Amino acid sequence: MSLVTGSTADSAATGPTKLSKTPVGPNRGSGRERRLGRHNLHGWLFSAPFLVLFGVFMLLPIVATLLMSFTDFGARDVTRPFEAEFVGFDNYTRLFGDDVFRTALFNTGYFVVVGVPLTVVLGLLVAVLLNNGIDRARAFFRVGFYAPVVTTIVAVAVVWRFVLDPSDGLVAGLASELGLTAPDFLGSETWAMPSLIAMAVWRNLGTVMVLFIAGLQAIPTEVREAARLDGAGAWQELRRVTVPLLRPTMLYATVITSIGYLNVFEEPFVMTQGGPSNSTMTVSLNMYQEGFNFFHMGYASAMAYVLFVVIMGITVLQLRLLKDNTS
Amino acid sequence: MTAPTATAPTRRRPGRVRGPLLYTVASLGLLVMAAPFLWMALSAFKTKKDLTASPPVWIPSHWTLANFRALLDQLDMARYFMNSLIVAVLVTVCNLLFCSMLGYALAKLQFTGRSKVFGIVLAALMVPGNLLVLPLYVLMTKLNLIDSYAGLVLPFAAGAFGVFLMRQFMQSIPDELLEAARIDGAGEWYIFWRIVLPLVKPALATLTIFTFLGSWNNFVWPLIATNDPGKYTLPVALATFANDPNRTVGGGNGMLMAGSLLVVLPVLLVFAVLQRHFTQGIATAGLK
Repeated sequence: MSLVTGSTADSAATGPTKLSKTPVGPNRGSGRERRLGRHNLHGWLFSAPFLVLFGVFMLLPIVATLLMSFTDFGARDVTRPFEAEFVGFDNYTRLFGDDVFRTALFNTGYFVVVGVPLTVVLGLLVAVLLNNGIDRARAFFRVGFYAPVVTTIVAVAVVWRFVLDPSDGLVAGLASELGLTAPDFLGSETWAMPSLIAMAVWRNLGTVMVLFIAGLQAIPTEVREAARLDGAGAWQELRRVTVPLLRPTMLYATVITSIGYLNVFEEPFVMTQGGPSNSTMTVSLNMYQEGFNFFHMGYASAMAYVLFVVIMGITVLQLRLLKDNTS
Repeated sequence: MTAPTATAPTRRRPGRVRGPLLYTVASLGLLVMAAPFLWMALSAFKTKKDLTASPPVWIPSHWTLANFRALLDQLDMARYFMNSLIVAVLVTVCNLLFCSMLGYALAKLQFTGRSKVFGIVLAALMVPGNLLVLPLYVLMTKLNLIDSYAGLVLPFAAGAFGVFLMRQFMQSIPDELLEAARIDGAGEWYIFWRIVLPLVKPALATLTIFTFLGSWNNFVWPLIATNDPGKYTLPVALATFANDPNRTVGGGNGMLMAGSLLVVLPVLLVFAVLQRHFTQGIATAGLK
């Protein structure tokens, strides 16, 4: 708090002083040059808080994670970070022989490959439905579909855990009413991951929907009218007019959803702790456990970088693939 | 938005048959989206008998506050609530100030290195938290900031998203206005504080909502940066409680739903009141 009030009070005080100083400065030489100088100074002053925070809490850690990934950084090094031993690429070579990590990579891939298309397609369908199919109470529907996005993921995961509970849960209860037996979703190696994906789709659909609605509203009505006059049906209009025109939005939605899903952590942390038998272990969760439960921080740093490289690679790939089709 | 709706009925003649069907589909979808929330809210007031009933009971046959009482007995919810609130308010205030400062510089001040600074902002937008948390924990330990509000706030005090948002909005302010103020002898801080900020109030509102909720819902860093239960934020306390093997079995689900309701309710209320700002914010930040 002191940080904030301090700087505001400070600048408020200097405000009026500057006001009287600037017009009668000593070097009245070139007005333009002076203004550029003034802009330079103020540009950097206004950038300073962000840049300092960025340097200390982002740039420094990014570099430190990389350095740590080449050391055997452990619990005792937390208080004496410079005493960690350099081990070269050991952590990285060990990673690829680590069964848990390989499972985590596979599971994260599974989560993304199934979850992202589901989220994007459902988000698109809901957006089209709300934008073109519904006139009344549109805002009400939109709020309803968007609500899961803003809610606390931990709380929502706790609720879903109960909804999917094999004995007292909602789904099991509804199934038994229909004469079916629901599986023990979160306790089964087959069903645990699809359950987490279902929850992620439910929670993130709203973000994609809002993006698509904004994209749909940017499509001129004339284009739709023209398609209708040419005899296009609803499905043809969706396939041949709407989807192609929404490609930039789709690219953006796919990229941000993929990045989010590649980092998936809270869902398995709260709902399954990575189990049963690592079937929902994700890279982020694996990294957290190695880093903060076992304090293998050097090893966990290597995981962080492998994940980062994977994320970058996939993002670049998506940008290439989806962009090429536009032209 | 009103004009197209007026012409809609004439344009879409088959709509008469399609309309009700589409409403049914949309309503069913909405029901699926809302079901977990309804189940949570209703279960929080159920007795143990209703909680374990088969077939499931939606409406409690007997409304009770026992789950809330048991929860408050076991967990210091008021304290976690205050921790979450203090952290969220501090993070929001910092972001409002720092992001609009840099947003102003990037939008309206021609300084050497401006494009590089903007590049940094864009890069910061893409850095995943996983790349930061391990050394951040070491850094906070060295700075003695584990279990402190400062430790929870500082890494989130100036988000790149906020800078981006403020820059977008501030670019639409006419340069002539600022130039006129400069000719009248106004200093840059005065211009920023008295002229620019009042003009971007809608953006500040959007940023407030997003930052506050982001902080309120934040989980990973508070989980790492707190060891003392007295410093837990709501999500950390709830997750710890949910995964506690010693938690009372049976009645536990009722308590968990009561806890989830207490965590989610403020968020849903804020959202319901201010929902317009959300969709605007996403659309602005996302499509430019």
